[in-house]
Amino acid sequence: MTTKATDQARVGSAERGSAASEPAIKVSGLKKSFGEIRALDGVDLEAATGTVLGLLGPNGAGKTTAVRVLTTLLRPDAGEVRVAGLDVVRDAAKLRERIGLAGQYAAIDENLTGQENLVMVGRLYGMTRASATARATELLAQFDLTDAAKRPAKTYSGGMRRRLDLAAALVAKPPVLFLDEPTTGLDPRSRLSVWTTIEELVAEGRTVLLTTQYLDEADRLADTIAVIDKGRVIATGTPDALKDRVGGERLEVHLTEPAQAPIAAKTLAPISDEPPSIELDAVKLTVQRRSGIIIEAVRRLDEAGVGIDDIALRRPTLNDVFLALTGHAAEDSELEETA
Amino acid sequence: MSRLVTDTLIVAERNLVRITRAPDLLLAFTVQPIMFVLLFVYVFGGAIVVPDLYEDYTAFLLPGIIVQNIAFGGFVTALGLNEDLHKGLIDRFRSLPMARAAVLAGRTLADVATNTLSVVVLLLTGLIIGFSFDSSSLEILAGIALLLLFGYAFSWVFALLGLIVSSPEAANSLGFIAVFPLTFISSAFVPVESMPAALQWFAEINPFTIVVNALRALWVGAPAGNSVWGAFVWAVLLIAIFAPLAVAKYRRAAGH
Repeated sequence: MTTKATDQARVGSAERGSAASEPAIKVSGLKKSFGEIRALDGVDLEAATGTVLGLLGPNGAGKTTAVRVLTTLLRPDAGEVRVAGLDVVRDAAKLRERIGLAGQYAAIDENLTGQENLVMVGRLYGMTRASATARATELLAQFDLTDAAKRPAKTYSGGMRRRLDLAAALVAKPPVLFLDEPTTGLDPRSRLSVWTTIEELVAEGRTVLLTTQYLDEADRLADTIAVIDKGRVIATGTPDALKDRVGGERLEVHLTEPAQAPIAAKTLAPISDEPPSIELDAVKLTVQRRSGIIIEAVRRLDEAGVGIDDIALRRPTLNDVFLALTGHAAEDSELEETA
Repeated sequence: MSRLVTDTLIVAERNLVRITRAPDLLLAFTVQPIMFVLLFVYVFGGAIVVPDLYEDYTAFLLPGIIVQNIAFGGFVTALGLNEDLHKGLIDRFRSLPMARAAVLAGRTLADVATNTLSVVVLLLTGLIIGFSFDSSSLEILAGIALLLLFGYAFSWVFALLGLIVSSPEAANSLGFIAVFPLTFISSAFVPVESMPAALQWFAEINPFTIVVNALRALWVGAPAGNSVWGAFVWAVLLIAIFAPLAVAKYRRAAGH
C-alpha cells in the first residue's frame, strides 16, 4: 500500500484526487462507426492506476480506433469514456495535459534533431524553453539517445525513432500513457529494449494502455489483457487466465511420409490434451507439460516406426487464442482499420 | 489567446528550422523564381507587345511573376501538412494541450518568412536586369505588404488542400492544375486585351489580375483604378473563408 502511494506521488500531482476513487481508464459501452463499418461496437475496458492494460487483437479489430477515442483524437458515437478521471469529450482540453501518446508510426519530425523534437513537444505542453530543454536532455539520456541528440532524426534507425517517439510521449510526465503497437516492425533487439522501457515506466507508477498483435508482448507487459475482435471485447483477464482458456503448448510433428499421419496421431494421442489434428504431413497436439515432451514424442514415434522430418514445441500464439475464443483464425478478420 | 500566439510561433520556428535542413526546398524559393524571370524576359519578352505605359516587358512582367511566385509559396504548406498527416505528427499535435489553430497558423506564418525571401530575391533579380520602381518608397513598401498578405491568404488555401488530399503527389498536381490557369489567365504575363473575349472576361475578374494591377500601380505608376483596395479585399476574403475551413478540417483530421 505504501509503495503504491509513493509511486503515485512520483508520477505527479495530476492524478491526485481522482486516483483513489476511480480507475485510470474506464470505458463503458463505447461505440464508433465509420459509415457502415462498426469499428467499435460496445466496448468496455478498465485499468486501475499503475497497471498495464493490453488490447490484443488482429489488424482491423478496432484497437487503433479505441486508442484514438481515448486520446481525444476521435469523438465516440456512444458510451462513456473516462481517462485520468476526466471525460474524453467534455474535458478533452484538460485531459490532453495528462496523457501521452506514442503511435504505430514514429510521430517525429525527421528534419529536426532528437533534441529539437523533444524541446518542441515540451514547449507545446506549455513548458518554458529552458525547462523543455532540461527535460529533453533528461529523456535523451534515459532513452540512450544522448549521442544522437544533435543529429536530424532522419539519420536514426527504426528502433531509435521509436525510442524518440516514446520519449516525446513522456515529456510532460503524463500519468496515463497510450502506446499503439509500440514494437510493430521492430527487430527483436529493439523490441526487447522497448519492452524494458515500458516496464520501467510502469514501475514509476504510470498507467499504460498498450495495443499489440503479439501475445508474447501482452503476456510480458500487461496486467490485464482485453482480447478485441471486430470491434468487441471477446475476453478479458490476466495473461495466465487467458492462456488457460487457450490451453497449453503446441507440439507440431512433420512426418517424412504423410501417409503415416494416422498412425502418428494414434501414437501421440496419450500425451495430447485433445485428439491430435492432422494437416497434410503434420500432426498437431496440445500439451500441458513442457519438459521432456519432445523426447517422449520422438521415442513413441520411433517405436511405432514413424519417420520424423521436423518436430517443434511452440507457445500458443494470437492465432491459437483466436481459434479458441472465436473459432476463427486472427487473419480471417477482414474489417479494415479505418481511422 | 496568448497560448495561440506562443504555440503558433513554436510551430513556425519548427517549420523554418526544417527548411534549413532540406536545402532542396530552399532552391524552390530562390533559384526557381530567378529561372522563371529570366526565361520569360529573354524568351517571351521580345514577342510580347506591352502597353506604352511600360518602359519594357521587364517592367510589365516583374509584378506579375512575383505574384505568381507568391501564390505558389503556399505549396510548402500543402506538402508539409500532408506529410505530417501521414507520418502521424498531426495526431501527436492533436493529442497535445496546445492551441487548436496553432499548427496551421504556424505553418502559414513560416510561409510569410519564406515568401519574404522569395520577394527579395526576385526584386533583386529584377533590379539587376533593368527593372526600376517609379513610385515613392511608401508605395513600394505597401506593394510588398500587399504581396505578403496575398501570399498568406494562399497559404490557407493550400493548408486546406494539404489536409484534404490523399498524398503529397496529389497535392502537387491538384495545386498546379488550380494555380497555373489562374495565374496565366490574368494580366500577369500578357496584356489582357490580347486574349480572346471569353478569356478576357475571366481574366478581368480574376483576383490575380486585380493583385497584379494593384502591384503595377504601387510600383511602376500604372493607373490603379480600384485594384489596390480590391486586392486587399480579396486577400482578406480568402483568409476569412479558408482559415476557418482549414482549422475545422484539422480538428477532424484522421492520420491513418
